[in-house]
Amino acid sequence: MIKHPIVKAGLLLAAFAVLGTGLVAFTHQTTAERIAANERNALLRMLHAIVPAETIDNDIVNDMTVVSDPEHLGQAETEVYLGRKDGQPVAAVFTPVVPDGYSGPIKLLVAVRTDGVLGGVRVVAHKETPGLGDKVEVEKSDWIFSFNGKSIGQPKLADWKVRRDGGVFDQFTGATVTPRSIVKAVKNTLLYYRQHGEPLFKTPQEAAPAESPAHG
Amino acid sequence: MADSTYGNLIKNGLWGNNQALVALLGLCPLLAVTNTAINGLGLGIATLLVLTLSNITVSLIRNVVPEEVRLPIFVLVIASFVTAVELSMNAYFYELYKVLGIFIPLIVTNCAIIGRAEAFASKNNVLRSTVDALAMGVGFTLVLATLGAIREIIGMGTLFSQAHLMFGDAARGFTITLGDDFQGMLLAILPPGAFIGLGLLIALKNILDQRATRAKIATARSGVDASGAQPSSVG
Repeated sequence: MIKHPIVKAGLLLAAFAVLGTGLVAFTHQTTAERIAANERNALLRMLHAIVPAETIDNDIVNDMTVVSDPEHLGQAETEVYLGRKDGQPVAAVFTPVVPDGYSGPIKLLVAVRTDGVLGGVRVVAHKETPGLGDKVEVEKSDWIFSFNGKSIGQPKLADWKVRRDGGVFDQFTGATVTPRSIVKAVKNTLLYYRQHGEPLFKTPQEAAPAESPAHG
Repeated sequence: MADSTYGNLIKNGLWGNNQALVALLGLCPLLAVTNTAINGLGLGIATLLVLTLSNITVSLIRNVVPEEVRLPIFVLVIASFVTAVELSMNAYFYELYKVLGIFIPLIVTNCAIIGRAEAFASKNNVLRSTVDALAMGVGFTLVLATLGAIREIIGMGTLFSQAHLMFGDAARGFTITLGDDFQGMLLAILPPGAFIGLGLLIALKNILDQRATRAKIATARSGVDASGAQPSSVG
């Protein structure tokens, strides 16, 4: 049957497709667990940077809820990680998206403590200009720390702007758009927390008894 | 070919037929990730790995694969290896993987790899194909790392920053900072810096080659006869 060369070629091609897929499947199988652990650890390290590990005792990576407020948080669905100690709320970490960055959306982590004060802000992903807008990264400059301890009222709402716009936050030489958009997004997150913050912590953990069997 | 001894294979890969400087292949990743030396080195090594694996495989199957479907099969082989390398990097060099991002899967489209598969591995035995892949891969990696280092020094005033992404936390101290108040010349780490840097590297290589040729001609003239002058690498 297999006389026509194109049939043979087709079969051979199929065989290589199977082999190639097999190799990829095998690699995936052996690395999947480690990759998941990597992602989890990276997230945990980020979260601990703005919600210190000693202030919480719950599994913050999995104590997560999803909220929707595109106007304040920049996207249809925003994850919120909840930090608690002895069952009491400590801080909520929002993952808002800054829609109006200089070159595309900027992803943030914003930790808000239960008293409405910022625990810290971090930039998770961005495409801002290297050397100018990328000073929002913690590795490049201390700028992002200027949010620590701030809240609505300290400074007051009208001052939540960069200096050029009459506010209290520094901009960078040559890059105003990036800090301006981030300041606005952090302010919006705080406003969101002021309106909807407390109910966030009333998630299944409190509804159901704290004991959860091993399958969790 | 008479002149394709192993020594020549290595010389071609590193210099004479350097994939980045002479063949000008794989420029997309070359230009995109070389803003630091470590990024360049990381992508270079990933490319070297894929190139070696694909050359070995292509050489092994070169007598089985019919002419008409060899290219799709080569692409399949390369794509499988790239995905495997991508997953492994994600698992074992997570931070570096994050930095290099899309450019790891894009190794598939690096013409240097399919180029070596088609032009060399499909016509040579396994050992020679391996040597060729290693030489070409190291040559490519060296250019990536050098260009990365040049751009990093000029653009940020540092060298080997973020070395811990590749060598673990012990390497945090590898970073060399050149002068505390040097802010860096932004142009170098922006895309134009990549083109200018690559252009300068190619020019430098051509100058060195021309000097070598001239020196060779000069020695040949002063010698008894001039038959030995081979203008093999006037680029």
